[in-house]
Amino acid sequence: MTTAYPTGRWVIVVSFLIGFLLAGIPLPKELSQFRPDWVAMVLIYWCMALPNRIGIGVGWGVGLLLDIGRGALLGQHALALAVVAYLTLQTYRRIRVAPLWQQAFSVLVFLLVEQILIFWISGVVGYPPHDWWYLAPAVGGMVLWPLLFVILRDARRYFQVS
Amino acid sequence: MATLKPSPRIRYLFAVNPTAVLRLGLWGVLSIALMTVDHRYQGLNDVRDILATAIYPFHYLVRLPADAGNWLSENLASRDALLAENAQLREKQVFLNVQLQKLTVLEAENRRLRSLLESAVNTPERVLIAELLAVDFDPYRHHILLNRGRRHGVYAGQPVLDQHGVIGQIIQADPLTATAILITDPNHALPIQINRTGVRTLAQGTGNFQELELPHIPNNEDVKIGDLLITSGMGGRFPRGYPVGTVTKVEFDPGSPFAHIVAKPVAQLDRIREVMLLEGELPAVKPEPGSAVAAVQMP
Repeated sequence: MTTAYPTGRWVIVVSFLIGFLLAGIPLPKELSQFRPDWVAMVLIYWCMALPNRIGIGVGWGVGLLLDIGRGALLGQHALALAVVAYLTLQTYRRIRVAPLWQQAFSVLVFLLVEQILIFWISGVVGYPPHDWWYLAPAVGGMVLWPLLFVILRDARRYFQVS
Repeated sequence: MATLKPSPRIRYLFAVNPTAVLRLGLWGVLSIALMTVDHRYQGLNDVRDILATAIYPFHYLVRLPADAGNWLSENLASRDALLAENAQLREKQVFLNVQLQKLTVLEAENRRLRSLLESAVNTPERVLIAELLAVDFDPYRHHILLNRGRRHGVYAGQPVLDQHGVIGQIIQADPLTATAILITDPNHALPIQINRTGVRTLAQGTGNFQELELPHIPNNEDVKIGDLLITSGMGGRFPRGYPVGTVTKVEFDPGSPFAHIVAKPVAQLDRIREVMLLEGELPAVKPEPGSAVAAVQMP
């Protein structure tokens, strides 16, 4: 596989690493309620940009790392991110041609699905969310999507990741 | 022009990838299996151990900006501010020293009385200071990550306190870090006693940092707002007599057998930075693996 896609693997790895960092950095409570799931957004971007290369397996693996980092049930974020990758892979052709602000709505839907899956699983193991704030990160993700998209697109073009 | 046949391009836009469904199914089944194993059995604890150690540097990396900010603000603080803080701390030290003198006398008296009564003397407990690794966890689980682990002598079930009172207990001790569950986690219950009257009950977490619930207190019990709650020493996890919270709400509902009582933890659980781990003489309770609350059996 490496010979078929020789360029820019490290760009993808670094972008995920930065996503992990942003997901963990302490923020004031008011902001951290809206802190988007950066890792999921980076995953959506790469699934959209390089669907042959980044897909469900990568999403699952990244999700598992997130589980370990957050001390969550092993497999919880893995499942949610695999589903996000699947949704993106099935719709990337339509989303890719849409303007940025319309893309943001699709991203909102993906992130909502992800949040609901994660909290559904949390509820099953005895941690039901007690208010509706748990959907706020998806809204934060939608607002910040255009920014992330532009940054990652420029990085992809600059480093010629393909 | 008038044809209804979609152009190949449009069809391309709506193409579905059939192998993706299959792959999602496979990964989905794998994650469900993994979650079941992780939740029901403790077979994955070793794997978690190794992985937690592997990502340990990462937690430090995440902390770096916050630490750098603290370092900067400490180093760039003005001389006046430092002098003021110094004076304030000195004043506080004098105040604490006076209290400590009283305490020494009381402790001696207590020991004498206890020896008169021939009851067991409380051996002083040793304390291990741990720092919070400033990593945000799942906001709906009240777990914190500490920078001390098995290598420093931390064990699962160890009580965690701060300077005000009880915070929680260790649920998982990895080689270099440890995870603690807070007393406000919805899955945590702590055996307590009301200091004024000696009534024993449980303090259950609610998922809110400011609230503990006291179930199982009958309507005719003497409970007042402001009553101090202390650990009762039941359950063999927490030593007796550490402050837990103060009662903030008492509602007697004639229709229900128990009163609705809410307490506020004395420790400031949402702004913890340093905690103390008690190394007590407690009987080694073998915790039911993975479940921190197992030692605190519900009545």
